[in-house]
Amino acid sequence: MQKKKSRPDHRVYYWMILPAIFIYAALYLYPAISNLRYSLTRWDGIGTPKFVGLHNFTNMLTNDDLFFKVLGNNVRFSLLVVTLQTAFALFFAIFLVKNTRTTIFLRTLYFFPTILSSVSVAMIWLFLYDPNFGAINVGLKKFGLNSFALNWLGSENSALYAIAFTQIWFHTGQMMVIYIAGLQQIPLELYEAAEVDGASKWQQFKSVTWPMALPTTAVVIAYTTIQSFRAFDLVYAMTQGGPNNSSSILATLIYLTAFNEFRLGYAAAQSILMVITIVILTLVQRRVIRTKYGV
Amino acid sequence: MYKVLRTLALTTFAIAIVIPTAIVALGSFKSDVEVYSKPLALPTNWSFRNYNRLISDGGIFTNFKNSVIVTSFSVVLTLILASMAAFAISRMTNVTGRVLFGLFALGLAIPGQVNIIPIYLLFQRLHLTNSLLGLVLINIATTLPISIFILTSFFRELPKEMFEVSAIDGAGPFQIYRSIALPLSRPAMGATSIFLFVISWNDLLYPLLLVTQSDKKTLPLALLDYRGEYATSFSMIFTAVMVASIPMVVMYLFMQRSFIAGLTAGAVKG
Repeated sequence: MQKKKSRPDHRVYYWMILPAIFIYAALYLYPAISNLRYSLTRWDGIGTPKFVGLHNFTNMLTNDDLFFKVLGNNVRFSLLVVTLQTAFALFFAIFLVKNTRTTIFLRTLYFFPTILSSVSVAMIWLFLYDPNFGAINVGLKKFGLNSFALNWLGSENSALYAIAFTQIWFHTGQMMVIYIAGLQQIPLELYEAAEVDGASKWQQFKSVTWPMALPTTAVVIAYTTIQSFRAFDLVYAMTQGGPNNSSSILATLIYLTAFNEFRLGYAAAQSILMVITIVILTLVQRRVIRTKYGV
Repeated sequence: MYKVLRTLALTTFAIAIVIPTAIVALGSFKSDVEVYSKPLALPTNWSFRNYNRLISDGGIFTNFKNSVIVTSFSVVLTLILASMAAFAISRMTNVTGRVLFGLFALGLAIPGQVNIIPIYLLFQRLHLTNSLLGLVLINIATTLPISIFILTSFFRELPKEMFEVSAIDGAGPFQIYRSIALPLSRPAMGATSIFLFVISWNDLLYPLLLVTQSDKKTLPLALLDYRGEYATSFSMIFTAVMVASIPMVVMYLFMQRSFIAGLTAGAVKG
């Protein structure tokens, strides 16, 4: 009886999945696969693609300083954002974990940048970073710190870090909310016991909060890493990767290689290496978190 | 000591968010001279000059309309397709169900950004560049995996008895989906729709990739143009930022909790 019933049901289920699978396969999976094919060609986007085998990859890995510069930028950008943003998010979550009127208000305020578009955020920070009349330099000069008033986005030494700082401003609130949800799961008795033992706030953090929040930390770090690789919108709107590619990350490099230099095959190969980078990073992270903390 | 540190840290971050917001909001009512000389002061006389100029310069209404069309169709269609698929996947007991779920989960592992070249070429061949339909389709395709992921885990948590009772009453799977699963899933659907809404409204990458015609541009893409056009006029750029952000900010003010829940669900499950 049970078996007979489930068969026709399944036929209906297939029909219900069909529209989703069709769009997903045609516009997501199929492009992902044809990306592999394009990565083996040389192509300016107009003529016919010329098959060059693995030449794009060997060239990139042996003979392309720009690719490694940008890969390095991306790693520095991701490391900085992941470390600082996770630290800030945890820090503020600890301060705002209790539900009071003030903490709920501050949570709402801190979360606010998350709902803005990257382009809007970029425009705001383009003004703040402006070397002459931007709020940051005007403020620094007011305090007599003229030597700290840099050309934040216009200098090769600072552009990438300036964007990383904006990214942190943009998304710390979101990660903080995830942490708060995690911290609220920690049984209060643990803190009470620690207090009875005379543990300081710092000791309570070390022996209760940090170990108990590790699963949340794993989620936050994984998400922030992916998010930092996806920072295309912010970088493109703020500097387009400049000056001299000093703030370029992989996503902007791929876009510019394809649509400014019209080297579509090469850009496809770059994007394959970007996927590999992300997969390796994710696996390494998982392994480190698992072996070190047993999460 | 702890209290001092806490107050200091909380105030600093609050200021770091309030000041830039105030600069933009106030700046849109000021002249450039005022924006540069006293960015934080109230405007000496509140004027809608910038807004009028932005409107009379053309485009912004069209961009706004495009954003509304693309976002609403993307969100509604994704929700329909994803909830049907997620319901079916959560009810399927055989291997195919798991395989299909894995196939969508694959989409979570590959960020859509790495596929911009084949997507551009495919959409060009299908005549879907410079088209709002094209933007809707790419939004659906890229957000289906995460939506199906969130909704499937929700449907799996619903008590099976509810469905079985209706099945005994002779209701087919589609009827059960429509009259039982959908109404029950309102919170999950709400969270997902806010998540999708924010992604679609704020997206730059796909419009940049697929649209060059100015009458098909959405707000974020148009905002980039304004940056070029009003390069030295931050009061105008701020005005454009205000127009692009106000719908989202108003919704956030009225539905803070749902926004935070929705965007966090997307992050955790993703």
